[in-house]
Amino acid sequence: MAKGWSKTRAQVERAKERVIELAIAACGISAVVFVFAIIYFVFREAAPLLFGGLDIGQFLGSPEWYPDSVSNKRYGALALIAGTLSVTVLAMAIAVPFGLGAAIYVSEFSHGRTKEALKVVIELLAGVPSVVWGFIGLVVINPIIIDVFNTAVGLNVLNGAFLLGLMSVPIMVSIGEDALKAVPDTYREAAEAMGATKWQVTWRVLLPAARNGLLAAVLLGVGRAVGETMAVLMATGHAVHIPTSPLDSVRTMTATIAAELGETAKGSDHYRILFVLGALLFAITFVVNLVADVAIRGVRKR
Amino acid sequence: MAVFDSSDGARRRHFTQSIARSVFAGMTILLILPVVAIIGLLVVRGAPALSAEFLFSAPMRGMTAGGIWPAIVGTMWLVGVSLAVAAPIGVLAAVYLNEYARDGWITRIVHLAIVNLAGVPSIVHALFGVGAFVLFLSLGTSILSASLTLAIMTLPVIIASTKEALAAVPMPFREACWNVGATRWQTIRHVVLPNSVAGILTGVILQVSRAAGETAPILFTGAAFFLPHLPQSVNDQCMALSMHLFTLSTQVPNVPPQMTYGTALVLLGLVLTVNATSIVIRSRLRRKRRW
Repeated sequence: MAKGWSKTRAQVERAKERVIELAIAACGISAVVFVFAIIYFVFREAAPLLFGGLDIGQFLGSPEWYPDSVSNKRYGALALIAGTLSVTVLAMAIAVPFGLGAAIYVSEFSHGRTKEALKVVIELLAGVPSVVWGFIGLVVINPIIIDVFNTAVGLNVLNGAFLLGLMSVPIMVSIGEDALKAVPDTYREAAEAMGATKWQVTWRVLLPAARNGLLAAVLLGVGRAVGETMAVLMATGHAVHIPTSPLDSVRTMTATIAAELGETAKGSDHYRILFVLGALLFAITFVVNLVADVAIRGVRKR
Repeated sequence: MAVFDSSDGARRRHFTQSIARSVFAGMTILLILPVVAIIGLLVVRGAPALSAEFLFSAPMRGMTAGGIWPAIVGTMWLVGVSLAVAAPIGVLAAVYLNEYARDGWITRIVHLAIVNLAGVPSIVHALFGVGAFVLFLSLGTSILSASLTLAIMTLPVIIASTKEALAAVPMPFREACWNVGATRWQTIRHVVLPNSVAGILTGVILQVSRAAGETAPILFTGAAFFLPHLPQSVNDQCMALSMHLFTLSTQVPNVPPQMTYGTALVLLGLVLTVNATSIVIRSRLRRKRRW
């Protein structure tokens, strides 16, 4: 009797364990489910337009964005793509040298407490919400640009790029530092033993050795910049046109979705074209992140 | 050493070395300086606005007067509900990845999915929230829709730090437990999780700071420009600090600047305090590690 009871008890225990393990496995693959859910639901809203009458050539090739025009609606996203591209490229021109420079300084030139303090500051920098950056763009950077460049408005590519640069630096520093840290110390010692200075070690030995990791750092920064919404929404002005100078106002893809989704009727073409933009954004960041991950994986393997 | 120093080449090397050092140090300082200056400016201009009345009263007269209490309460709702969803899923997902999954194509795909989830633009998360929660599940624009969107967006934060915490528990701890006859789950429940609780906590806290600061994902899923009442349930809409800062600085005319600065300061203060707490816990943890 007692034996039979303990046997069922053991069975119950085992069944309980199975259930818990199933729950854990379900949570484990939840991230995959969510990514597919994102793809599914974004495309679900975009599909009726995307596969039913959207002129893809016009969408990708024309700068004429008139989604609300009564007589002649046009959905040319080229100006929005150019807006995203211009802000991202200029942001990277600021962020890549400074971000990688800071990564090199933190990894190779600073020690002990300074190093820890710098890493904490960079981490806090990463924590500043994007809407606060946008606010800073409006009230701090805007008047500075107006003063310095003598322009009428300071909400432009330069403003957005400055903010995006600062926003994408933290991830570059932390991934870049990881990449430099992953270079074995024997490389440094061998180079120094040959009489190389720290500068030579960094330039000739570390940078080539950490190439892939640094590339990943830059790519993750690019992904950040392309996908950032609130800061560029608030700081780049709202001009849908292809910029010819850093002082031109632009509107990015992300800002367009944020600015227009609230005003569209659900199910209308205008509403759906914003989901098409979202799908394009998803595809861009997906590829950028994928390449970055492959590059990082190369580093870890070594 | 002196012998080497006297040679021309060595002196030149020494010189380039110090130049390199100063260049990199300069770059680092140039990065940090504007941020410190900007935060300082927010504090200086925002601090005069901070008063009990500003913090604990509702916006009045078309949001040009009064305070930010409904926005603070709304942010707490959003953070609380998203945390209640993301924390269990995130922790269990990390348990799966660290304790159960073998290195293979499944882990590879899960890892890729997490990386991607973290990299998807916040406005795309917003579109997903609209398509999935607001429309498909008919949850409407509500705290629930917004929180679910935030939860999925911040899941990678919790998974990454929990996984790190679990991986730091030495293998012999588990082996000792298995050897006395404990099952995998019993080992996890009674040995692995208790030994990594502080590390898990840092991830959870980071999630809170991310969720509190995000604006784009809640724009169309549950945050309102202005609501006269506090939310009563997860089916209500709510105001939020991040959204309120956006509204005050771009949508409403004639807002006294100090109100906007005050809102920005409260939001930034909240997020950075939460962040700093997480950093402090983590560094204590690393110092105190017993194994």
